[in-house]
Amino acid sequence: MDGINSLVLAVIGVAMMAAGYFLYSKFLSKKVYRLNVDFRTPSHEFNDGVDFVPTNKYVLWGHHFTSVAGAAPIIGPAVAVIWGWLPAFIWVVFGTVFLAGMHDLGALWASARNKGQSIGTLSGRYIGARGRNLFLAVIFLLLLMVVAAFAVVISGLLVAQPGAVIPTWGALIVAVCVGQAIYRFRMNLMVVSLVGVAALYALIVIGDRYPIELPDPVLGMNPQGFWIVLLFVYAAVASILPVWVLLQPRDYINGIQLFIGLGILYGSVMIATPTVVAPAWNENVPADTPSIVPLLFVTVACGAISGAHGVIASGTTSKQLDRESDARFVGYFGAVGEGLLALGAILATTAGFQSLQDWEAVYDSFSSGGVPVFVEGGGAIMNAGLGIPAGLSATILATMAVLFAATTMDTCMRLKRFVIQEIGQLAGIRLGTVVSTLLATGLGLALTFSQGGDGSGGLLIWPLFGTTNQLMAALTLVILTIMLMRKGRPFLPVLIPGLFVLVMSAWAAFVQLGTFFRDGEWLLLSIDVAIIVAAAWVLVEAVIAMSRARHLPREPEDEEALTEAEKLPSRER
Amino acid sequence: MAASGLARLRDGLRGLSRGLEEFYVAPYRRTMARARRDEEDLFMMLVLSEALGIPNPASGATLELLPEMLDRMHDWHIRQGMKDLPIEGLSCC
Repeated sequence: MDGINSLVLAVIGVAMMAAGYFLYSKFLSKKVYRLNVDFRTPSHEFNDGVDFVPTNKYVLWGHHFTSVAGAAPIIGPAVAVIWGWLPAFIWVVFGTVFLAGMHDLGALWASARNKGQSIGTLSGRYIGARGRNLFLAVIFLLLLMVVAAFAVVISGLLVAQPGAVIPTWGALIVAVCVGQAIYRFRMNLMVVSLVGVAALYALIVIGDRYPIELPDPVLGMNPQGFWIVLLFVYAAVASILPVWVLLQPRDYINGIQLFIGLGILYGSVMIATPTVVAPAWNENVPADTPSIVPLLFVTVACGAISGAHGVIASGTTSKQLDRESDARFVGYFGAVGEGLLALGAILATTAGFQSLQDWEAVYDSFSSGGVPVFVEGGGAIMNAGLGIPAGLSATILATMAVLFAATTMDTCMRLKRFVIQEIGQLAGIRLGTVVSTLLATGLGLALTFSQGGDGSGGLLIWPLFGTTNQLMAALTLVILTIMLMRKGRPFLPVLIPGLFVLVMSAWAAFVQLGTFFRDGEWLLLSIDVAIIVAAAWVLVEAVIAMSRARHLPREPEDEEALTEAEKLPSRER
Repeated sequence: MAASGLARLRDGLRGLSRGLEEFYVAPYRRTMARARRDEEDLFMMLVLSEALGIPNPASGATLELLPEMLDRMHDWHIRQGMKDLPIEGLSCC
């Protein structure tokens, strides 16, 4: 049986997302969010040179996109293609066009219209005092899971691709050197970037030549467990170092890497045009695969719709939006960028194998999908397309994925420390940096090892992470719906996807409840119960807030309400 | 023709370099500003250490700095959770 050509799939996907950007985002900005080029955005109103700075829209898109995209849009699709390429493809493309783009653009708009406040504050404002606590609860769950899930992913990759060990840890040295070159010696950034990226790729070549395989056992642990402990130690240290030493240069190099990676991946697909060997619908799924509905919709979170984007969009991006109309490019096109990464992951995991038998041998269990498959498949495509040896290609992709995941991990560790300190403050306990970092690390380690962090449990926690992420998205969409209702605008393009996401994530949480109960995963079971409670809470608050919003007087539109002081001088052309 | 092309290339590169710089700095502006402020707060505490009851062998030198620091004192004592400045007879609000 001949499968579809991956180039055809890529072209269809890219064309649909482009159509989404040119047509649907235009509709959203004109009819739903009514982006106003004259509106005085928070970056101008509160310009303080620190948080609020009007920023060029391409630069803003660059760092919005690189902060939202990372390992997550690779992991989700790489697991989800087990149901066949078609469902994952449809969900990623339609999700990006009708959900993710709408959600990210909306979050940006909502925040820009509310003095650049974050979704957390907005949930307090539009849902009520309980809304803020709800948000804190959901974000705490999200951070807890992301750290554990990514630790498992990275350690798995370091074991599966021993060539990535040297570049993974060597990248830290490169980042530290970049930080020093820029802050201490004030060297030219462009030169430093070129040298930094070159050094990283040199490390990849060295690592590929000298793979490091740990003996089993290491210090009484198996290799994967050892890497997990080491990763947590690293993340804990990185999260308390001054950011300019490590986190800032790391984020920067990773951002550049993201563009290089996307270029390499799509470039190879265009040259090699491999055939998709995976079935469109997999009739022959492994026995432990859960039902596609609802699990597909939480397995692929980032890449189709992700609540984390709303947190980033409203947390930092909205404060730097120069013109409100830029939100369309920054928010919607940011989501398109992530959709492209997810699509690339689908192509690599379905077209990077010789035959259906090979593919089925890899996807022999629900827990065997994931980044290692992306690395293997993507490596094969790069080998065919660009002529880079298969081993080196795999090392390049593995290093890239590890760096994405590790950056997210240390950033989340830092955020978790802040959330723990905030919770401590609510409880009247003052927690110092070290204590709260230890708490964050301990919680993360416990969760990772409790689900078979030595690799035996695979990515059990992944769908749970997706569920929480979707719940966060639903919360944001509820806030958007309320804002639109109060302005008397069409709100169904927001409400319908919001309900869909809420129903799917709640349903998935119930399905997983059964799985965890059967397997005796008590810690995951209790987290799942917490998620279900949070989902019910979101629903109740949403119904209350929406019925209240319907009876409030309509808020006037810009044409009547915007005073001269709230307008920006017209753009010089 | 060649010269204008070269000039355009140089402008493009300069623009790219500016964008990269922004891309490097912007995400961490807030963290940096906070770190700078923490450092200044520590310095302020040193300057006012005598008034806070911490013996300071260099108090003569820090006393001279007081007028320089006056503008920033109000924000500082608010941030430190003090109702008023620790120096007797000196009040800013």
